[in-house]
Amino acid sequence: MKAKKLVSQAYLWLILLVLYAPIVFIAIFSFTKAKSLGNWTGFTFELYRNLFTGASSDSAALMSALKTTLLIALTASVFSTALGTLAAIGIHNMKGRSKNVIQFVNNIPMLNPDIITGVSLFLLFVFLHFSQGYLTVILAHITFCTPYVVLSVLPKLTQMNPNTYEAALDLGATPSQALWKVLIPQLRSGMLSGFILAFTMSLDDFAVTFFTRGAVGLETLSTYIYADSRKGGLTPELKPMMTIIFLAVLVVLLLLNLKNFRKEKKKADV
Amino acid sequence: MKGNDVIIDIRHVSKAYSGKKVLDDINLQIKKGEFVTFLGPSGCGKTTMLRILAGFLAPDEGVVLLDGKDISGTPAHKRPLNTVFQKYALFPHLDVYDNVAFGLKLKKVPEDKIAQRVKKVLKLVSMSDYEDRDVDSLSGGQQQRIAIARAIVNQPEVLLLDEPLAALDLKMRKDMQIELKEMHQKLGITFIYVTHDQEEALTLSDTIVVMNEGRIQQIGTPTDIYNEPVNAFVADFIGESNILKGRMMRDYRVAFIKHEFDCVDAGFGEDVPVDVVVRPEDIYFTTDPARCQFKAKVNSCTFKGVHYEMWVDTDTGYELMIQDYDPYEVGSEVMLYIDPDDIQVMKKERTENTYPARVVEEGKVELLGTKFACNTAGFAEGDEVTAAIRFEKVELLDDVEEADLVGNVVFILYMGDHYHLTVKMENGENIWVDTNDIWDKGDLVGIRLAAKNIHLKK
Repeated sequence: MKAKKLVSQAYLWLILLVLYAPIVFIAIFSFTKAKSLGNWTGFTFELYRNLFTGASSDSAALMSALKTTLLIALTASVFSTALGTLAAIGIHNMKGRSKNVIQFVNNIPMLNPDIITGVSLFLLFVFLHFSQGYLTVILAHITFCTPYVVLSVLPKLTQMNPNTYEAALDLGATPSQALWKVLIPQLRSGMLSGFILAFTMSLDDFAVTFFTRGAVGLETLSTYIYADSRKGGLTPELKPMMTIIFLAVLVVLLLLNLKNFRKEKKKADV
Repeated sequence: MKGNDVIIDIRHVSKAYSGKKVLDDINLQIKKGEFVTFLGPSGCGKTTMLRILAGFLAPDEGVVLLDGKDISGTPAHKRPLNTVFQKYALFPHLDVYDNVAFGLKLKKVPEDKIAQRVKKVLKLVSMSDYEDRDVDSLSGGQQQRIAIARAIVNQPEVLLLDEPLAALDLKMRKDMQIELKEMHQKLGITFIYVTHDQEEALTLSDTIVVMNEGRIQQIGTPTDIYNEPVNAFVADFIGESNILKGRMMRDYRVAFIKHEFDCVDAGFGEDVPVDVVVRPEDIYFTTDPARCQFKAKVNSCTFKGVHYEMWVDTDTGYELMIQDYDPYEVGSEVMLYIDPDDIQVMKKERTENTYPARVVEEGKVELLGTKFACNTAGFAEGDEVTAAIRFEKVELLDDVEEADLVGNVVFILYMGDHYHLTVKMENGENIWVDTNDIWDKGDLVGIRLAAKNIHLKK
């Protein structure tokens, strides 16, 4: 019995090790200066310093790629959250067959391989004579992010008491007041998780960005790293950046979980 | 003067969902300060009517007048009516105070006035100390009080209540009934209440509107509706009753259960088939042979808390329900009588099934979308006729494959010695059937019409 438990424990830790070893590896080697990964040449913050001061042209380019990525991700996820929430409300109020059809259509972009989404958007923009750049990348990102928002808001709508919207109207709210004062507040958690999902989807997208960015020299993190690796050897400052991004994500996740935990505790207390 | 008392006037309102009529020509006037209840089984259209009044639905036909003004086109948020919803529909992201203050804040009432009015209504619904509470932390009954407070704080002219007590347990429901009644008296505004609970309707209302299948069956005070139901549906739906086939022999004389009785009804004509309702508490036991109108044997006797409920078999083969404070031993022979006052005679809504039909060829008619063999003597091909089928001549089958038509049992009435079923067919038409077989509500049945049982008329 004890041995069985030991084995299962060992298995768990092995899985965790395999999952997190690469990240831990990068984090460790972000504190040394060596260009090639795996060479430890003494502890230093130099790479971090370089990253923020832009000491080398490479690190400056990396930083600008990060800024571009964040800007695109933020814009795309704000718009897709708005669009997806409204779409979810619309879908929720549809009936019968058309509702199923729309939900099915909503699922297609998520299952569709990115490369196909990217190429087809590229062809669409060319066909429409859209000059490619920021705008097309953002439009493309909104396109593939919106279904995720729809998917995370819909269950909130199903859980909601359908009469609350009518109750707001009944108490004198105009339809738009009812939307802002009663519907949106109840959908907030679904919208937030949709937003985060959209943000991360946009953040690490490569294929779609690659095909829709055009030739204006727009680089996001993923396209920059791709180009960088082909030039021979990754920019060393990438290691501290990856570490920081990972930590940022970790903090956000911890905060969200803490909030949920508190809420549940409060409910349990009552 | 009387016209000024009417606050809500519903005129010829009809509503259909995908071709199915849920409201069929509703006409009703509601007086200021009245407590009116729409009562009926689920699917009778009562909630649809309430939603039309609240402005969440528009009628297909007809108008609704409020204080003499047509409000059919007024959106919900501009109507001076407020609704208490069945599942409370409180705003979960707001606390009790903000829920109640919601309507007043929208109307830009000054903050101090809002605080005053919210406090006052919370006191009225006995929820004074709950202002800061999360609505999710309240019990069902408390949530319902807040929902009522949230509606009446706006001082509506009419309060609409959609089965507000349906989600509460029995004890809580009884308490809330009394409170609602008191609130109605205190506020003096019009209450329009929707329920399927006949007891609730009888307890609360000034006027009850009994509905079934989208139509108003009867409008009256609780005592009117109970004592003088206009048809078998109302009699069966409100309280317990013995509903029996009868025959009006002449004025003040009616025959049923193969006995003749004096009654107080007249004007039906002579020798006319009627329906008769006798409430179980109106059949009396006697030991005096001179008073005895018929004899029966006690079949079962159950104690029901206040009274005993007994089923007896009459000497003529009918089963009757009797309620009495004293029990009678099962198997004993008893003598019974009914006061003329307590016999409610109702005009028969129909005496047989009739449908429009067309003669398609000799010996074949088409009715209800199906071709049937029958005797077409005296009619030519293409004639438009009426086909009549007696209730007891309709055959019901378990096996729908073998049947001419398929339908669902939607209503069952026990008539003392047989069941009278309403079967709704797939095409939406009803067929009425007298049978001795036991079917359940909702059963899918096959219907067969034999050639010899279809009679054609011009």
